[in-house]
Amino acid sequence: MAEWTDVCALDDIEEEDVVRFDHGERTFAVYRSPDGEVFATDGLCTHEQVHLADGLVLDDTIECPMHNGRFNYKTGAALRTPACVALGTYPARIVGGRVQIEL
Amino acid sequence: MTAVDAHSPYPRDYSLTGPEGRHAVEIGLASADWYHSDVPRKVMKDLMRRRDGPAIRDTLLWLVLLVLSGAGGVLLWGSWWSVPFWIVYGVLYGSACDSRWHECGHGTAFRTEWMNDAVYHIASFMVMRNPVSWRWSHARHHTDTIIVGRDPEIPFMRPPDLVMGVLHFIGLPDVIFWMRTLIRNALGRISAEEAEYIPESERPKAVFWARVHVAIYALAIGSAVAWWSIIPLMLIGGPRIYGAWHMFLTGLLQHGGLAEDVVDHRLNSRTVLMNPVSRWIYWNMNYHVEHHMFPMVPYHALPRLHDLIKHDLPPPNTSFIDAYCEMIPALIRQRREPGHYIRKTLPATARPYREEFHNAVGQR
Ligand code: FES
Repeated sequence: MAEWTDVCALDDIEEEDVVRFDHGERTFAVYRSPDGEVFATDGLCTHEQVHLADGLVLDDTIECPMHNGRFNYKTGAALRTPACVALGTYPARIVGGRVQIEL
Repeated sequence: MTAVDAHSPYPRDYSLTGPEGRHAVEIGLASADWYHSDVPRKVMKDLMRRRDGPAIRDTLLWLVLLVLSGAGGVLLWGSWWSVPFWIVYGVLYGSACDSRWHECGHGTAFRTEWMNDAVYHIASFMVMRNPVSWRWSHARHHTDTIIVGRDPEIPFMRPPDLVMGVLHFIGLPDVIFWMRTLIRNALGRISAEEAEYIPESERPKAVFWARVHVAIYALAIGSAVAWWSIIPLMLIGGPRIYGAWHMFLTGLLQHGGLAEDVVDHRLNSRTVLMNPVSRWIYWNMNYHVEHHMFPMVPYHALPRLHDLIKHDLPPPNTSFIDAYCEMIPALIRQRREPGHYIRKTLPATARPYREEFHNAVGQR
């Protein structure tokens, strides 16, 4: 059953930025949008399994650090080649100044 | 700087469908984890920041100079006074197109995506590269930089063909090869090598754009025949031959004479300090180690990145002459000793080279 998992303090993610979150065998990218909301996607680019947390958040997109493929981190949609396959997305919320994602 | 002979088995198979590529995958050399100099995330975010301003300024200047030099060449046609105009037009078209193609292909030149795309398509046409295939080929070049059997963009395959290296300066071998490739793609054919890096879903787009390019070239050739004048070809396509010399002058230095099969760009890429005009034509790709290590950093921020990490990099070459004096003897030696490569001494402040795979390949 899906449950909310604590990621970090909200202040640990700068506005318009992303952090890596490893949980068990899995890795996620957790974002803070320019308007302060939080989002979560799979942590690895669908093109070549590179950590997206090293990439660049631009508005509501994440750009992969390897080949500049882009995804909408709110929907997971692949926006720019060589990224063609969408990312998985996960519900995220802020509770008492902490970021949680539902896994 | 020391010269090293890795005693690797040569000649090697540089094709993407041969045993070298499979071996690179088996030993984990393909899609490997590469060395990166330490840059704090906050600083890197600032370096990666996208802006439209510098690329709009440079693109407007580029287009205006193209129009003025092209017009000067046409208006003064028949007189020697037209020659300087064609020299300028040729370099702006046949060489600057490469750096515009490259930077906009990475999507780092402009912040606004349609601007990257528009300039990318114009520059792809000028440089005679299929805009779809080359996006994928260049992605592979970044994943597996100078990994034999994986990288489709290795300029000097060992033992290097020096005659071809020189011929590149007049653009001819390149133009013949890429024109044939465009025509083949336009006929709907994708080679086995291309199929290695272009996903199936993208191949129809590659065919479409090849047809667009070939149609424009056919139009230029048709106009030249109809008007019985070489001028249409001086303006379209021709500069890729007579103006490509600067692209090769800069481009051959990127990796020439350096190591193969390493996971450290400090060993296989070269940073060269050069004059401001060449840097403008080349959009700062002379900071090539920096670009490969951090491809998200736009061209206009590369000098800043260089200053930040130079303590961790081999000293840059100080000029074209310095770089060619280093590269040419190494290439000549690779004719006899293909395992030879240039291994530069790192400053005391740098972390050691990562070369575990290099040794693994050498010992096969
Ligand atoms: S690994 Fe992300 S775009 Fe290639």
